[in-house]
Amino acid sequence: MPDHIVSAFDADLGGLRRGIAEMGGIAEKMLADATAALLRDDAPLAHAVIAADPRLDALQRKVEELGILTIARRQPLAADLREVVSAFRIAGDLERAGDLAKNTAKRVLAMTGHMHPKRVMGGVQHMSDLALGQLKDVLDAYAGHDAAAAVAVWKRDGAIDALNNSLFRELLTYMMEDPRSISFCTHLLFCAKNLERIGDHATNIAETVYYLATGEALAGERPKDDRSSFAVVEPPAGQAP
Amino acid sequence: MTPLAAMAEPGAARGKTDAPVRIACRDLNFHYGASRALKDITLDFYDRQVTALIGPSGCGKSTLLRCFNRIYSLYPEQRATGEIILDGRNILSPSVDVNELRSRVGMVFQKPTPFPMSIYDNVAFGLRLYERLPRSELDGRVEAALRRAALWDEVKDKLKEPGTGLSGGQQQRLCIARAIAQRPEVILLDEPTSALDPISTGKIEELIDELRAEFTIVIVTHSMQQAARISQYTAFMYLGELVEFGPTSRIFMNPREKRTHDYVTGRFG
Amino acid sequence: MAAVPAHLSACEAVPWRRVRRQRRVADRLMRVLCVAFTAVGVFALGWILAMLAWEGVHALSPRIFTEATPGPGSEGGGLANAIVGSLVLTFLGIAIATPIGVMAGTYLAEYGKASRLATTIRFVNDALLSAPSILIGLFVYTVMVQPMGSYSGWAGAVALAIIATPVIVRTTEDMLRLVPSTLREAGAALGAPPAIVIRSITWRAARAGMVTGIVLALARIAGETAPLLFTALNNSSWFNANLLGGVSNLPVTIFQFALSPYPNWQQLAWAGALLITVAILALSVSARLLLRRRTTR
Repeated sequence: MPDHIVSAFDADLGGLRRGIAEMGGIAEKMLADATAALLRDDAPLAHAVIAADPRLDALQRKVEELGILTIARRQPLAADLREVVSAFRIAGDLERAGDLAKNTAKRVLAMTGHMHPKRVMGGVQHMSDLALGQLKDVLDAYAGHDAAAAVAVWKRDGAIDALNNSLFRELLTYMMEDPRSISFCTHLLFCAKNLERIGDHATNIAETVYYLATGEALAGERPKDDRSSFAVVEPPAGQAP
Repeated sequence: MTPLAAMAEPGAARGKTDAPVRIACRDLNFHYGASRALKDITLDFYDRQVTALIGPSGCGKSTLLRCFNRIYSLYPEQRATGEIILDGRNILSPSVDVNELRSRVGMVFQKPTPFPMSIYDNVAFGLRLYERLPRSELDGRVEAALRRAALWDEVKDKLKEPGTGLSGGQQQRLCIARAIAQRPEVILLDEPTSALDPISTGKIEELIDELRAEFTIVIVTHSMQQAARISQYTAFMYLGELVEFGPTSRIFMNPREKRTHDYVTGRFG
Repeated sequence: MAAVPAHLSACEAVPWRRVRRQRRVADRLMRVLCVAFTAVGVFALGWILAMLAWEGVHALSPRIFTEATPGPGSEGGGLANAIVGSLVLTFLGIAIATPIGVMAGTYLAEYGKASRLATTIRFVNDALLSAPSILIGLFVYTVMVQPMGSYSGWAGAVALAIIATPVIVRTTEDMLRLVPSTLREAGAALGAPPAIVIRSITWRAARAGMVTGIVLALARIAGETAPLLFTALNNSSWFNANLLGGVSNLPVTIFQFALSPYPNWQQLAWAGALLITVAILALSVSARLLLRRRTTR
């Protein structure tokens, strides 16, 4: 795309793109660190994740301010307007993803000292890797205005949801088998839910990137596979009071 | 109808999926002497909709506008070929009386053009040309036109004063009143607000939006924001060609042609 | 401490007094020359006017307006017949020239424009504008006075009209061209045929300027002597109502009386000259006022 006649317009849009890229970097690191802290029961790392969140919030405000200024100064149209609107939306999604990572880090602090069941932790690790991959891919799609890559991310969200379902069932079973683990498992349930929500934000961003690149909304039902809302696990036989 | 629904379905502004075509341009070519200013323009203008013509200076948008009332025929070296169908007749045909055509197609110019006569006579000018109205009815028509142009309250006590004494924005509304007094079907606006301040511009834009209920409006504008604000359809022209025509929301949000996109986003080189 | 901020002193200072002395001297010299030559011109004009006013005011008396021109050798007398004659001839001339001039000017500005015919008319009109007035007198003498066998006021009026017409044509065309073409387009856009646009829009818009042109033409012919010598000539007493025979008028009277040996005739010539000058001045001033009202409106 050729440059604008007014070069400061390009500078404004460039500023928005850089802001989003920086936010994406922070959100990715927060997610990776929060998961690492969870797996290793690493309280200092969890504190570091919590401490990173205000920086993400501040960046979001900066992106929004610059977006509003750009609208006021340049009255952007077509792709330029989509660029600004997309920056607003993606900044919001990244900020929420950061909040969810922070929530996970807080739960790590609450869970310290508890036994970490290996199998469940493996599932969490896998979910986190998927979510991180989604986040990374969708940010790359944003940087390249790549609609096809965005659609690919959008379609992959089902995998995280499926993993969340199975983790949900597994944790319920643990809790029923050993009521002492209820506190820990509940926290872990929320951590898994956080990862699932981060995946959803990545799909939101994918939709935004698609709109940014094509000017059209991503049509069709989103591949949703989160059935944990309907999951019921019967208590094992013979344990009735 | 909510604004949101209107945005999504611009053709449905009055409960229809698509307004009927009011003016149909077919293979229109225009020459200033030896130079060709319009190249095979084929374009429809919808009934009671505002269509904006945009494009860089010299792209032919004003020339196209000036075809619809054949005002170009004042100048002998200018000529148009092709067809412009209005109410079933090709208005470019020599058998169409230009003066009758112009009483059906009103025009407002870039600079306000009040005639050197009273405010009342300005509005009555067009009425006196083709209708012999008794005084009382003439008064009524003048008042109605001034009210329609949102000018009545400002001038009702000074109808006998010269029209040239009004402010720029008032003069332009006077010219709109003069055009609509004749009850035309189509109103052509040639950059009607480019000489006005933002407040006057706002009033004129509000007026144009109201007039849409009765008239088919074609407006040439240099301000893309203005086209986006007040039109339902937009045509982008470049070097005498029609590059793209479509609902205004699409032209400004998601144009199909690269040249349109580069123009509306300010990338024209 | 009021030190110059670093960012201001950092840039290289642009030296003052870059304009060279030579140029300033040339500039002053030019100015002095212009003022000097203007002064010469204004002085000559002022001298003429002062002398005219001095001699004329002395010669003025009520009888100038009441008595007819005196016969040779007789005492006293006034200019009453010449004043009335001049008024009649001038207004008759303008009455003939105005419709022709306005219509021709309108043709050039509104219809002819750049056509071959219009270009030719414009060229001829400009030639006529600068034609020597004595030539026009001779022409009217040949086509009117000789065939009719007598000097007449009619011939005088026609000669004056021929002088006034090109002035009116020119100013009418110029004033109509000043009317913005969008105003004509606006009229045409309402469905008004050209004749109506011209009559009720363009003429109205240019009215002040066109009237100014007519007033200027009036001023121009009020003082003409040469064309009247061959046409209206003069008459030492009151002229006939049918304007046949000579018609007395101020310019020719001044011409004859100023050349005469009689002191009272010379006095009357001064008075007549002052009257004409004042009349022309009044016309010019009113023309300017008309134009100013048009531009400030």
